[in-house]
Amino acid sequence: MRYVSQPVKKLDGMPIIKGKPLYTNDLAPNECLIVLALRSPYAYARIKSIDTSKAMLVKGVECVLTYKDVPHVRFTNAGQTYPECSAYDRLILDEYVRYVGDEVALVAASNEKAAQQALKMIKVEYEVLEPVLDYKKAADNPVIVHNYDDYFMHIPSFNADNKRNIVVDGLEEHGDVDKEFAESEVIAEGEYEVQAQEQCMMESFRTYTYLDHMNRLVVVSSTQVPFHVRRSLARALQIPQSRIRVVKPRIGGGFGAKQTIVSEYYPAIVTLKTGKAAKMIYSRKETFSCSNSRHQMCIKVRVGADKEGNIHVIEMDTLSNQGAYGEHGTTTIGLAGHKAIPLYNQARAHRFKYRGVYTNMMPAAAFRGYGATQGQFALESTVNKLAHMLNMDPLLLREKNMLRMGEIMPAYYNEPLNSSALDRCIQRGRDMIGWDEKYPCKEISPTKVRAVGMSISMQGSGISNVDTAGAEIKLNDDGFYTLKIGATDMGTGCDTSMTQIAAETLLADLDQFIVAGVDTDISPFDPGSYASSTTYVTGMAVYNAACDLKNKIITAGAKMMYPDRFLDETDKVNPKKFYFDGSRVMEVSTGKTIALHDIAVHCAGTSDGNYLNGTGFYSSPVSPPPLMAGFVEIELDKETGKFDIVDYVGVVDCGTIINSNIVRGQTEGGICQGIGLAMYEDVQYDAKGRMMTDSFMQYKIPNRVDVKKIRVEFESSYEPTGPYGAKSIGEIVINTPGPAIAEAVYNACGVRVTSLPITPEKVKMGMLKNELEKQK
Amino acid sequence: MLVHIFINGEKRKVHCQPDAMLLEVLRDAGCKSVKCGCDTTNCGLCTVWLDGKPVLSCSVPAARVNERQVTTLEGIQDEAEAFGKYLVGEGAEQCGFCSPGLIMNVVAMKKELDHPTDDEIRHYLEGNLCRCTGYMGQMRAIRQYVDEEVEA
Amino acid sequence: MFTIREYAMPETLDEAYTILKSRKGNQILGGCAWLRLGKKRINIAVDLTKCGLDYIREGDEQIEIGAMTSYRSVETSDILKQYFNGVVADSVSSIIGTQFRNTVTVGGSVYGRFGFSDFLTPLLTLDTSVVLYKKGSIPLETFMMMPYEKEIIEKIVIKKDGRQSSYQMFRNSRGDFPILNLAASRTKEGQWIVTVGARGPKAVRAEQTAAFLSEKLPQNAATGETVEAVIKEAGEILVSEVTFTSNMRASAEYRSILSKVLLGKAVREVMAC
Repeated sequence: MRYVSQPVKKLDGMPIIKGKPLYTNDLAPNECLIVLALRSPYAYARIKSIDTSKAMLVKGVECVLTYKDVPHVRFTNAGQTYPECSAYDRLILDEYVRYVGDEVALVAASNEKAAQQALKMIKVEYEVLEPVLDYKKAADNPVIVHNYDDYFMHIPSFNADNKRNIVVDGLEEHGDVDKEFAESEVIAEGEYEVQAQEQCMMESFRTYTYLDHMNRLVVVSSTQVPFHVRRSLARALQIPQSRIRVVKPRIGGGFGAKQTIVSEYYPAIVTLKTGKAAKMIYSRKETFSCSNSRHQMCIKVRVGADKEGNIHVIEMDTLSNQGAYGEHGTTTIGLAGHKAIPLYNQARAHRFKYRGVYTNMMPAAAFRGYGATQGQFALESTVNKLAHMLNMDPLLLREKNMLRMGEIMPAYYNEPLNSSALDRCIQRGRDMIGWDEKYPCKEISPTKVRAVGMSISMQGSGISNVDTAGAEIKLNDDGFYTLKIGATDMGTGCDTSMTQIAAETLLADLDQFIVAGVDTDISPFDPGSYASSTTYVTGMAVYNAACDLKNKIITAGAKMMYPDRFLDETDKVNPKKFYFDGSRVMEVSTGKTIALHDIAVHCAGTSDGNYLNGTGFYSSPVSPPPLMAGFVEIELDKETGKFDIVDYVGVVDCGTIINSNIVRGQTEGGICQGIGLAMYEDVQYDAKGRMMTDSFMQYKIPNRVDVKKIRVEFESSYEPTGPYGAKSIGEIVINTPGPAIAEAVYNACGVRVTSLPITPEKVKMGMLKNELEKQK
Repeated sequence: MLVHIFINGEKRKVHCQPDAMLLEVLRDAGCKSVKCGCDTTNCGLCTVWLDGKPVLSCSVPAARVNERQVTTLEGIQDEAEAFGKYLVGEGAEQCGFCSPGLIMNVVAMKKELDHPTDDEIRHYLEGNLCRCTGYMGQMRAIRQYVDEEVEA
Repeated sequence: MFTIREYAMPETLDEAYTILKSRKGNQILGGCAWLRLGKKRINIAVDLTKCGLDYIREGDEQIEIGAMTSYRSVETSDILKQYFNGVVADSVSSIIGTQFRNTVTVGGSVYGRFGFSDFLTPLLTLDTSVVLYKKGSIPLETFMMMPYEKEIIEKIVIKKDGRQSSYQMFRNSRGDFPILNLAASRTKEGQWIVTVGARGPKAVRAEQTAAFLSEKLPQNAATGETVEAVIKEAGEILVSEVTFTSNMRASAEYRSILSKVLLGKAVREVMAC
């Protein structure tokens, strides 16, 4: 194919590397008021009194807002399709503050120094309340995080109960779990902890807002979800959606952080109150500690099998730390089971128990993987443990039990697996890392040992029956195309990959296309880029739009050739008789042609013209899983417990690859983030609930010396429900390092670390503990 | 206070507070390529050249650079393209937010180091964080850029 | 958010000192890397860039490093690479990144006297002095104990006395603060000096450990087995005389374990010189 699967350069690559001003704060007008937030120093408190009079007197200050100045209508800031699965438990500003960093008041001033000065002048008297800071003690705790009656959930089946601090509670079963365990010859079990992880996109949260000449609120924001922003703002501000326009410029990364509406409310309400343009740029500290992160989870797993290594039953029990507000709480936890258990689809029974709880800590929300990462760490670690108990190669154990093409997956919404190359991914990865020679470990010196570990992974492609996408392709009067999508390129390159699909389908050159920016006034509705939906859902919508436009072009061309024949709009053109090759419409029997350019000019400029606009829509009843095998080789220093990654291999089945450069970059980047989760990153709080890891100084993401070698390859399956056979790549790529590295460490020194990150101290102390036990 | 800074070769009169840092002064002067990524000197996004040497503009007081030469990406567009084309070719510019700081440091590195090994390259660029790419695509592009002259 | 009311760039140290002492709240600016992290309200900020303190000079007896010398200059200095097994240059070479090291200064970091400092730990095992503008030359280990006061660091001076040195540090992520660092030097006369840093608020000398090493390994002639036996015993002495604290990065117990490992590496490296 001409474009699909090719390493097409990103359309906006050159302007980006030349440093053109394309991001939110590059575009913000100079006259924007600077908006800053006064933030709670307490993990839980009620504002007894708040006096802003002195702050208002600071020169340059335009307004100071407290909870008394905002609508008392609760909403969720989760970027999710309506009706949202997340509780309406937020106000723009609240009388109660529920975590250290929670907004207390807003100041808007003509310059930053004045705003800072004003913040200091706000007098707040707090009634300090006892916080709940241990998520294992949060359920039914006497301290209630959301202690009011207008708590609202659209969906009762999530079993939320704010008076018990419960965000979500559930139990799913398939088959006879207890019988299967009773009959299992071998049972492997474990209890695992995955830490909260920060997205750490390089561009922090930021938004600017202004009123246009029609008194409409224009919001320019670094967001993944412009349409959800519009809806949430409308509710929070109590103005109609039609009065709001959201524009997405270039974004400096998101990874899910920006699937939550974070900074948008504050400059928006300032603009409404003052009539002036306003902007809010989150500092790195605020981005770390006053927004959202991955859910911390504690997961218990039991896996029952027979002596031959057939897995019969899986049980998972997950507790999730939601933090102070409920965004994404009910949905992330589901993936911990739904996108882990199906990996072993040969199991006859499974039980998945789950609960999410409120605490007085920073909220958890969306981060690449979205619960699957945590669930897979727990399950894959237990399956690796099982392999050792059976004295079986972990690769063989997986090949025996993993999901296979054509199967129905009871643990995955009973969806069918229509495409899989997981077997080839495992084989290829095994060859690339040299598994057979290196498993389990090799002594390099008296103090150093090398070892290998692996894991498999799945994710989804979009949210079945929920994610939708529209697309439009307009033929301009000069014969070039405008592609309009609502999916949000945040560096992921979807503006390019969507254009590739359109160009492939319309048999056009890439440079015949321009891609319109995402603007809720103009773009087709799209939930935004999350849930690995863009290539699969939006891509299919683009394909459908291109097909639609192709038909319209052919019809227009045929009409131009025979103006008397196709008089009625509904007269159909026989597709066997007329053909479009990307630049002309041709009548097959006579060889007569009309050029695309002429068609465009004619349709735009004559009374029997037409508006040639192709529209497409897609929503899928399935969410086809991309699949992956990850392999790691480490070198461990037995004296200190420190280990380095010698080699990381990832082999991915994302269906047909749309852009080979993009999928490679996504995989390498995701693996690096997964390595950070496995080895370095750790959100830590002090005893009073203040986040200590609120900077890059304290929270360490891998740098380029930490991660020297990642190799990725692809084994393509063909997904019949995806554009050109594609699935997705966005999230799966972060999942394998945690369990693969834990297994490699175990193989190196016999210590199975069950809580992430796997620090040298945990390894060394584990080794010492093992030695002591041996001596006894 | 009034400071005179040569920004990309052009002498500019800058009115700023005594506590202004070079980063904000450069952005106010129109050099939007210079990005702020953190508050603790760890990320490298704000890298510019001071008298040809890469520094962190978030940590240089504007007043310190009075009468001195400051270079941003806007001032080395040819070099940006010469290296950047390899980044684009590898698909190694994802969100692009770390790119200006990285490119400033890579171009400086090419001038300073002679035939660097991969380890030397990583060491020089250690202070440029990236969250999107996992560094692999960047390294491939840098290798091509650094080796390019050798063939000529 | 820090503030500066007035910015001064004097051309002599005398002028700088006069301004510094003239008002409360006046302060010398170093590399400014961490100025933004604090909330200092500075009256007059004194910038020493024009005072000619950016140098690394070698004399017959000593090496002098001016206070406004960048870490990057220290890292790449041919002079510093030549002496003490290159530890002074090596010690700063992995800190954050090149552009960070181009920005921060020797004076700023010596003044800070931070316990985790990669730069100070090996210097404490050499004959190092800090030269203050008014007070003159003060041995580094004395300076480490002095309270912060209004003075100007002009330079640090290291005697060229033929010491062989090793600097060992342990970090988890490469871009992070060390969890522990340790330096060891041995004079031509066979005297050892051992310093442990990143163990608590300040780096400390391990006097008993050093005395033991001086007694057992004054020269390189000892056999491999003997050296390992000495290292083992020295390690026990080390953890009995040095206290370690726990923090976000590591526990005291783990630091104690690491200290023995780093000591071994340092001793072996010095012995191999």
